Amino acid sequence: MPAPATEADRNAAARETILARVREALQSSAPLPHLKTDLAGEMLGQPVATDSQPAGSSLPLLTVLPETAARPWLPDGGDTVDERLAILTENLKKLRAEVQRVTDLPAAAAVVADLVRERGWQRVAWHQHPLVDSLVADGVTAAGCDGYAVDEPGFDKRQLEACDAGITACEAVVSQTGSILVSSATGGGRGLSILPPVHIVVAPVEAVVATVGDALHLVAQRYAGRLPSLLSFITGPSRTGDIERILVLGAHGPKELIVLLVG
Amino acid sequence: MATVTPPPASAPTRDRIDTADPPASDAKKRFLSDAAAHVRDLGHRLFVRKALGGYYVNRDAYKARYRDWEHARDAASLAKWSAVNRLHELLPQFVANFEAGGGQVHWARDAAEAREIILRLVREAEAKAIVKSKCMTSEEIHLNAALEAEGFGVVESDLGEFIQQLRGEPPYHFVFPCMHVRRDEISELFKQHLGSEPTDSPEELTMIARRYMRQLYVNADVGITGANFLVAETGQVSITENEGNARLTAALPRVHIAISGIEKVVANLDDLAVLLPMLATAGAGQPMTCYNTLYSGPRREGEADGPEAMHLVLLDNSRTALLADPEQRDALHCIRCGACLNVCPIFKNVGGFTYGTTYQGPIGSVITPHLRGLTDWNHLSGASSLCGACTDACPVRIDIHHHLLHNRRNAARTAPSRLEKLGHKVFVQVARRPGLFATGGWLFRHTLGLVKRIKPPLMKQWLDTRDLPSAPSQSFRAAWKSRGR
Repeated sequence: MPAPATEADRNAAARETILARVREALQSSAPLPHLKTDLAGEMLGQPVATDSQPAGSSLPLLTVLPETAARPWLPDGGDTVDERLAILTENLKKLRAEVQRVTDLPAAAAVVADLVRERGWQRVAWHQHPLVDSLVADGVTAAGCDGYAVDEPGFDKRQLEACDAGITACEAVVSQTGSILVSSATGGGRGLSILPPVHIVVAPVEAVVATVGDALHLVAQRYAGRLPSLLSFITGPSRTGDIERILVLGAHGPKELIVLLVG
Repeated sequence: MATVTPPPASAPTRDRIDTADPPASDAKKRFLSDAAAHVRDLGHRLFVRKALGGYYVNRDAYKARYRDWEHARDAASLAKWSAVNRLHELLPQFVANFEAGGGQVHWARDAAEAREIILRLVREAEAKAIVKSKCMTSEEIHLNAALEAEGFGVVESDLGEFIQQLRGEPPYHFVFPCMHVRRDEISELFKQHLGSEPTDSPEELTMIARRYMRQLYVNADVGITGANFLVAETGQVSITENEGNARLTAALPRVHIAISGIEKVVANLDDLAVLLPMLATAGAGQPMTCYNTLYSGPRREGEADGPEAMHLVLLDNSRTALLADPEQRDALHCIRCGACLNVCPIFKNVGGFTYGTTYQGPIGSVITPHLRGLTDWNHLSGASSLCGACTDACPVRIDIHHHLLHNRRNAARTAPSRLEKLGHKVFVQVARRPGLFATGGWLFRHTLGLVKRIKPPLMKQWLDTRDLPSAPSQSFRAAWKSRGR
C-alpha cells in the first residue's frame, strides 16, 4: 500500500494534469447549440472576458438562469394553493401513491391508527419531529403497535429493515412532479424513508410548492451554507421496469407511499 | 411464494468475467458479423420493439404536460453548454464545495488509475461485502472485473444490472440494461443462482431480487454508486434512480464511493431544476425519476445514519480529448437519458451488444471514437441512417447525427481510403467528358442485371441486403430530349 504522502502527491498531480487539459481544451470556443426558440437572446449576456476566462475564448455568460427561463415552459405546478393541491393530488394518483388531506394532526393520527389496525402492523419506525411525534403517540402506540425511533446514531439497521412502515416529515412537496423532498436533517436520516416497505409522509399544506426549482430554493435558503448530507426527491413508490419494461412497484424501496397533507 | 436461499458470503459467480476490452482492431469485423446475425433474428427485434412500446406512450404523455417542450429543451441545452464551456471554473468550484462538506475527491486521468484508487479505498475500508448501484462509468473502467480479480465480492443492486451480472453480460442498453431478456430466462436464471421457484410474473421476479438484496444492503461495508450531476455552487452529487437501490447503497454501508466523469458538472441548483424532470421524461417517460438524491458528503453531526466517509472519483479517461474538439464538444452535454437509443432504427435492429461499446446507440457511436480511437471505431459513424431521430429526441440538443458525419469526414482526412480516392478521380475524369459519360451510362444500364446476379466481391456485402431497381431503358439525357414530343 502506498504511503499517504505518495497518494496525496499522485492525487495532486492527477488534478493538475486534468485541470491543465481542461484549460487547454477550452482555449478554442464552441459554437452555441442549434436552438429552436429565441431563448438564447433572453438568457445570454454579452461575451465577457474575465481573468479566469481562457485567452482567445469569449464565452457569453447566462444572465438569466435556466430555471427562470424554462419555468413558463415546464409542466405547470399551479399558481394558487388550490391549484397546487389539485395538480399534486392528480400527479400522486398517477404515480400510484396514496394521498389524503386531513384537517389537523389528530385526524392524521386517526388515519395512521386505521392503517395500523387494518394491516396488523407490529412495529412502525419513526423519528423525532413535531409533526411525527403526535402521529406516533396517537396513531401508532395508541393503536397497540410498537414504535421504533431511529434518531440516535448506531440504531440497528436490521431492526429498521424489519419494521412494517416508516413515518417521516419532509422539507417540501412539489405539485409539478408529485415529488416529496426529504432530507437527512428532518426525515430521520437516510434509511427511514427507504428501508421499510411502507413510507408515510406527513406535511402541512403550506409545504406544497409549485416546482422542483422552488423546493430547491427553499432548502438552499433554509440551510444556507450548511446543507444536510442528503436531500432526496421521492416521486411515488419505488419502481422498476427492468423486466420486459413492465412496471413493478417496490423494487428495493417502499412499495407504498402514503402522503398525509395536514391543514 | 417463491423461497430464496440466504445470500452467499461472496458475490454470485458469473459465467464469464471480462477483464479488459476485446481487441479494438477487430471491432469493425465483430460489428458487421454481430449486426448481420441480430438483424436476421426477427424474434429479438420484435421483442425489443414491444418492450419500447410503453415508453413511447408514456414519454409522449409526459412531454405533452410541458407547456412547451422545445423551449424547455433550449434552456436545458444552454445550461449544459454553459457548464461544459466553463468547466475550468466550475470543476474546481465543485471540488472545493464538496470537500468543504466533508467529501474526499480522487482524480483519475484514465481507467487504470480509477481502478487503482477504488481498489485502494476498498482495501482501506477492509471491505468484506460491496454493494453497487448502476453506474455506467464503472462499466467504462471495468471495475467489477478488477474488484473480483482482487477477491472482492461485488453485487449489482439495480435489478437490470443484477440480472446482467448473473448472466455474465454487460448492459444491453445503458438505461434499460436487460431489456432484451425474456421473463422465462430471468426465472430460470434466478432458479439457478438463487434457488427460487420458477414464475412468469415480473412482479414476483422483482420480489425475489428484492428479498435477496435486502440482506446484502444491511451487510455491505462499502457502497459504490455513479453520479448524474455534480452541482458546483453547492458541492452536491446528484444521483437519479427508480428502484431505491442507490439510496440504500449510499445509506447503509460504512463507506460510500461515487464515480463520475468530469463533464457531469452543472453550475447550480437552477440547472438541476430543469434537467431532472427532462432527464426523466426523455429517458423513461416519467414526470421525475422515482429518486433524485443530492449528497453533500458523509453523515453529518446530528444525523441518525449514513456512511462515515464519502469518496468521489473524478474520471477524465479521454473526456478532455472530446472537450478539445469545439465542433463536437456538445457530446459532453449528454445526460445519459438513453432517448436517442430508444428511437434509433439502427439500435432497434442490430441491438445493444452489436456496438461492442460501453455506451450504445447514436450517442455511443459519436463519443466512442473520441474515447477509444477513430481508426478502430469509425465504423460506428456509418451505423446510422442519418435520419436525425436521435437529434430530435435529445433533451439537451446534442447534434448527434451531424457528429456522425463529422466523424466520417475526420476519418477520411486522417486515413483516406485509396479505393474511394481512385473512384472519385475516375468519376471526375468521366464526368468532364460528355461522350465518355454517355458511354459509361450505357455500360452501366447494360451490365446492371449481370452485376446484380454475380455480385462481384467489392459490392457483395452491399447487394446482399438490398434490392436494386432495374436499369432504365434510356439515359436521362435521352429522356429529356424526347420529352417535348
